[in-house]
Amino acid sequence: MADFKTVEVSSDLLIIGAGFSACGAATEASYWAKKNGLKVVMVDKAATDRSGAVAMGLSAINQYVGVKDGENTVEDYVRYVRQDLMGVSREDLVYNIARHVDSTVHLFEKWGLKIWKDEAGKYVHEGRWQLMINGESYKIIIAEAAKNALADAGGELYERVFIVGPLMDGNRCVGAVGFSTRENQFYVFKAKAVIIGAGGAVHVFRPRSVGEGFGRSWYPPFNSGTSAYFTLQAGAEMTCQEVRFIPVRFKDGYGPVGAWFLLFQSRAISAVGGDYMVEHVDELENWAPYGLAKPIPANLRNYLGMMDVDAGLGPLYMETDEAIQKIANEYKDDPKAFKKKMKELESEAWEDFLDMTISQAILWAGLNVKPDEKHSEIAACEPYFIGSHSGASGAWVSGPEDLDTPYKWGYTNMTTAEGLFAVGDASGASSHKFSSGSHTEGRIAGKQAIKYILEKGKEPNVDMAKAEEMKKAILNPLDLFEQYKDEFTDPEVNTHYIMPRQFLHRLQKIMDEYAGGVTSAFKTSKALLERGLELMEYLREDSDKQAARSLHELTRAWENIQRMWIAESHIRTMLFREETRWPGYYFRADTPKMDNDNWLCFCNCRWNPDSGEWEMSKKDIWTMPGV
Amino acid sequence: MPSYVIREKCDGCKGQDRTACMYICPNDLMVLDMDGSAGYGEMKAYNRDPQMCWECMCCVKLCPQQAMDVRGYADFVPMNASATPLRGTEDIMWTVKFRDGSIKRFKFPTRTTPEGSADPLGGFATHDDINNQALATEPASLGLDAVPTPS
Repeated sequence: MADFKTVEVSSDLLIIGAGFSACGAATEASYWAKKNGLKVVMVDKAATDRSGAVAMGLSAINQYVGVKDGENTVEDYVRYVRQDLMGVSREDLVYNIARHVDSTVHLFEKWGLKIWKDEAGKYVHEGRWQLMINGESYKIIIAEAAKNALADAGGELYERVFIVGPLMDGNRCVGAVGFSTRENQFYVFKAKAVIIGAGGAVHVFRPRSVGEGFGRSWYPPFNSGTSAYFTLQAGAEMTCQEVRFIPVRFKDGYGPVGAWFLLFQSRAISAVGGDYMVEHVDELENWAPYGLAKPIPANLRNYLGMMDVDAGLGPLYMETDEAIQKIANEYKDDPKAFKKKMKELESEAWEDFLDMTISQAILWAGLNVKPDEKHSEIAACEPYFIGSHSGASGAWVSGPEDLDTPYKWGYTNMTTAEGLFAVGDASGASSHKFSSGSHTEGRIAGKQAIKYILEKGKEPNVDMAKAEEMKKAILNPLDLFEQYKDEFTDPEVNTHYIMPRQFLHRLQKIMDEYAGGVTSAFKTSKALLERGLELMEYLREDSDKQAARSLHELTRAWENIQRMWIAESHIRTMLFREETRWPGYYFRADTPKMDNDNWLCFCNCRWNPDSGEWEMSKKDIWTMPGV
Repeated sequence: MPSYVIREKCDGCKGQDRTACMYICPNDLMVLDMDGSAGYGEMKAYNRDPQMCWECMCCVKLCPQQAMDVRGYADFVPMNASATPLRGTEDIMWTVKFRDGSIKRFKFPTRTTPEGSADPLGGFATHDDINNQALATEPASLGLDAVPTPS
């Protein structure tokens, strides 16, 4: 076995990941930990200043309810999410996040985030729930507060340590194992409670660009499904693993469209000039009641555009020139004000890209795009797993205690595995959390986990023999490479192993062609899914044949295995749900209609660690009384 | 190619405690060729897997030598365009160069407080009740008298 020192780290609370939800957990948990003499440890795969989905920055905060100014009620947000997810959401979780989220935004502002304000000092809204920000340093600011909180409470942050999987004592999570991506060290983290707040998953499906632009995903390529793998391996129940998200964005660069749709009120059209939201309006009746209420769910907006693409009416375009002209017309009698407004719009439009998707700015510059002169192409991206946005995949977690629901078996945000909490992309069916809501969910779980430790915490019983066994399996790709690399002249083409990149391509090919990726126009069926599962079985058998020549490749190998597990849960859950509920995300061609009589429910899955079998189940949807 | 390193400007962050690009890359792509054995030049940094680069420019923004930039993905971006940041402690300046040679400059604020100063509790009143629904700074940070409960 490769020579790696085993490092043991003990704490009361272990937080895995260091993006928005994990930083929220660290910030809140540190406050309560300090009061009670407990220790918090946070582990980050990268450098916390620029790790996670917001590494590049963001140009908007997408969840702000505005309760204090009477802009909306918390119940309004519950209605909004129910509608956007075609009736399938954990309304208790959505409610819980929404009632706390404004305080998160107010904290962000205190920490130094610049939120746009109007002349009256009120936040500038991009849409009903969205606030405009100057967010280049959004992650740095949020990381700073988390790091300061940890330091003040005597906690610790481990950067560049990649967590592979959980340490279990029966059904109780007692820690995690992983390795340093910088030096030959294997880590065993032991804790009385664990919060998983790592990312969603990208590169499970083949991306549109497969050359140099392979890394240009909308959600970041370093989100490999650590969260889902962790909770699945812990034997925790998962929900909504079929609910992927496909954003429609500016084509190839994947730049944001929110400002154009919401702030500039731009239309999207097909190549022949039709507004697909108008031309296909009758189709919305097939998806009632959700298709007939406003705002129209994101997947249905996608779907109406895809109908044009399927009919050969692509490309689709964002009418940027028309939108800017319309705004400019309001100033047509005042040339000075007109010039000022145009300058302002231009700056806002470019900042939208430069704050969060720089590639799109480079692409527009490369195409000589002047948005006020010519429209720009938009397209559906490849599918992603992002329970914090308009997807819903993640762990099935316990709900808040003061709501009368059937979902209470533990502390808020605790999974069905004892002592294991899930937040952000790791927790399911509580979509539309975005950055602020994810941080909020982290704060909620941070406090709850400390409460759990105080009331039920036990010294973690870690079986070190088992940890050593895991170490051997985790380091196996390094050993495999060393053992066989010299047998052939090309170290990358070897009969004993495959390299991580090729394994990733194999996974992506299966998902793209059988599970409704880009090249199959997001369509799948029972037959295709079953064939996909057959091929996945071979892939799983070969997963311990990945080889790695460095710590970097070892990380890639285990990221791939994490992706493979979320992929399998996705296929199985799409297969289980015998209807099409989210056209525009995926379309089951053999069950093309929504079936509210049988499938207005959660579809949950669990991998049973004892039997190795997958267990599928339906769970009832609780709706808030009077909402 | 995503991020790339200008050979002449990169000094491998010598004299500093760590290589900035290697420290910050969220996808663990930047490497320092300490002795030149990887073929990139002694004490020169390089992107070990440009195909996995997200073009987030975290490395470009942090490089103390301004030895890094991004060249748009070769498989769909026409050549000779760039977006180059110059990031300070409270704002960022962008120079966007178009294929046709035209240039646009933008300056955006990045934060309103001094670096490092974020107080986790934001100066809001706190409380001691772990059994209460209110988080540490609530209800003060909500701007309400109490955390909302279902009606």
